[in-house]
Amino acid sequence: MRTIIYLIRKEFIQIFRDSFISKAIFAIPIVQLLILVPAVTFEIKDIKMCIVDKDMSPASREIISRLQGSEFFIISEITFSDKEADSFLHSNKGDLVLKIPVGFSRDLYTEKQAKVMVLVNAINATSAQLSWAYISGVLRDYNSNMVMESLHSNTIKPLAGININNRFWYNPSLNYRHYMLPGILVLLVTAVGLLLAGLNIVKEKESGTIEQINVTPIRRYQFIVAKLVPFLIIGLIDLAFGLALGKLFFNIPFKGSLLLLFGYASIYLIAVLGLTLFFSAISSTQQQLLFVVFFILMIFILMSGTFTPAESMPLWAQKFNAINPAAYFVRVIRMIMLKGSGLKDIIPEIRGILILGAATLTMAIVAYRKTA
Amino acid sequence: MKRFLGFVKKEFLHIFRDVRTMIILFGIPAAQITIFGYAVRTDIKDAGIAVVDLADDEITNDIISKLSSSDFLVLKGKLGSVNNIDEAFKTGEVKEVVIFGENFGTDLVTKGKAELGIIADGSEPNVANLVTNYTRSIINSYLLEYNINEVSGAALILPEVKMYYNPNLQSQFMFVPGIITLVLVLICALMTSVTITREKEFGTMEVLLVSPLKPIHIILGKVTPYFFLSLVDLGIILLLSWLVFDLPIQGSLALLLFVTTIYILLALTLGILISIVSRTMQQAIFISLIGMMLPTVLLSGFIFPIEYMPEIYNYVTLVMPPRWFVTIIKNIMVKGTGIVYIWKEVLILTGMLLFLIVLSAKKFKIRLQ
Repeated sequence: MRTIIYLIRKEFIQIFRDSFISKAIFAIPIVQLLILVPAVTFEIKDIKMCIVDKDMSPASREIISRLQGSEFFIISEITFSDKEADSFLHSNKGDLVLKIPVGFSRDLYTEKQAKVMVLVNAINATSAQLSWAYISGVLRDYNSNMVMESLHSNTIKPLAGININNRFWYNPSLNYRHYMLPGILVLLVTAVGLLLAGLNIVKEKESGTIEQINVTPIRRYQFIVAKLVPFLIIGLIDLAFGLALGKLFFNIPFKGSLLLLFGYASIYLIAVLGLTLFFSAISSTQQQLLFVVFFILMIFILMSGTFTPAESMPLWAQKFNAINPAAYFVRVIRMIMLKGSGLKDIIPEIRGILILGAATLTMAIVAYRKTA
Repeated sequence: MKRFLGFVKKEFLHIFRDVRTMIILFGIPAAQITIFGYAVRTDIKDAGIAVVDLADDEITNDIISKLSSSDFLVLKGKLGSVNNIDEAFKTGEVKEVVIFGENFGTDLVTKGKAELGIIADGSEPNVANLVTNYTRSIINSYLLEYNINEVSGAALILPEVKMYYNPNLQSQFMFVPGIITLVLVLICALMTSVTITREKEFGTMEVLLVSPLKPIHIILGKVTPYFFLSLVDLGIILLLSWLVFDLPIQGSLALLLFVTTIYILLALTLGILISIVSRTMQQAIFISLIGMMLPTVLLSGFIFPIEYMPEIYNYVTLVMPPRWFVTIIKNIMVKGTGIVYIWKEVLILTGMLLFLIVLSAKKFKIRLQ
């Protein structure tokens, strides 16, 4: 035990001797958190749109004024020409075009139905889906108004209606920061841990100091544990900083148990650090390790469900996430912080990360050889 | 010149010799294309919902079967009462609960008015938003059908939607430009900064500096292989996205290559700059990987549109080359527009490139004295 404590002390001294790294491990995550969290949003408002009004009738003007009244749209161009509308989309002036054809109002009153055309720039599928949902909502309201009006003149029997009462739990205003801060924080903590811990062992290999350790009576597990603990502590401190910043700057709620979160975070970090120590035990240069870590990190991040919904992925990708520690932790941190999920709600996630942790740690200890 | 070519050849050999480097150089683009092409989706599909059906009559069952037969929603089960909602949300399986009151059907038939509750899990804002919107439109179209006789007298607007540039809402249309941007900037900046600082850390830089090669040639020699490898990467990405996802280049290939060359040079210069300011490989890696990865993904506007970010980000992102490059690539590849629509962005990137070259030239001289 005393051996491990001395080794851990040595590690801390080595890490903090580099003044750049010792600042960067705390500064980079904090700065990125502050800059990135407010930026990452799908909260779509003020959609710039172009209207092609070829009808110029009271009915078409009514639609335009309804769109102007909606908080979602800003009408930045009204034109008669399809060409200008195309160029509106081509030149990135906006992502939405509404075309009201000639004869719109005539069709509306004689045929009792009239078509309008909506063009959405769909390169980004999510914002396209949202824009379309909002604009069809405005037209739906217009329709039900028309129905009500015609009823007043035509029939006495009231039309059936369903009053939809819509609420959002845990995050009533659908604030994206509440959602994104935990996710981005996990990624930053993961990236720092993966890189620092991994580079650390190969650095000893490259500079030859690992031979000096190999000739001492230090056992394999002691060496790995001593390499792991400092980065575990740094990771937890980064996590604590991030949570404090979230509270301070973005007023992110914390509904669940802090103890549960840090407990889970510890197992998570052990799993991640075990993995990177394994790779560093089998790499001989920092460059090699870097490439492997870069590759893994990217896959972990992109598939973790931080930025895109994990549930929308095909089955094989969701199965892959069983061995993606980041996917577990991103899910768990959001559940604990935002919904106040307790121990029994996250049992599958705990089981998953425990298995991963045990596996990677064993791999790291086995892969580290004291012989060259 | 011959000396320089010899040096470049040596650098190429260094790269080709290490199998792992080669795997990363070509494996990363291929893996990204696969992940983005087959795994990651930005739109919502099969979101889990639950219902609290206190009425359990013909009408509510009708609505429930309509909800669960849609592509977007999957019925995960029925809850006994509203008290179970919290529990259902907490495990994360259910994103939305639709609540029918006790007399839903009879109210609708006799009073012509019924109340319906939608409670969504707001801890995932994007999912909550889309799911409730789908649910609303399904219920509205049910209502329209239900009322069809009465409605026939009233006039209706039928909107038709055309998803421009990307009719099937394939996420590849957005991701391929994003991948090109991300892979090029990371590989170029990371690789060059690491190879140059490596020489510094091991002291071999001094060996090179006393050789007859000029310092500028050493740097250029280090960078040249990565320039060509980046072009190969670009080729792989474009070829894969064309073969696998049927995503052709709508615009001019020559223009695409020209602009990408500027961007690659920009990223390489950035790598040189990073290697100049950092003393060890660890520092270079920290700056180019941890410092640049997330900002490139998140602030380039390729997943999250910049125009919906808070106002200030319109200015913050001005200095980010990926922002301009993503716009250019989307225009050329997906929209098929020519130089007329993107000359401004190209000019900005060129300006940034010149600025970085001047900056690193200045910094570099200082270090050598």
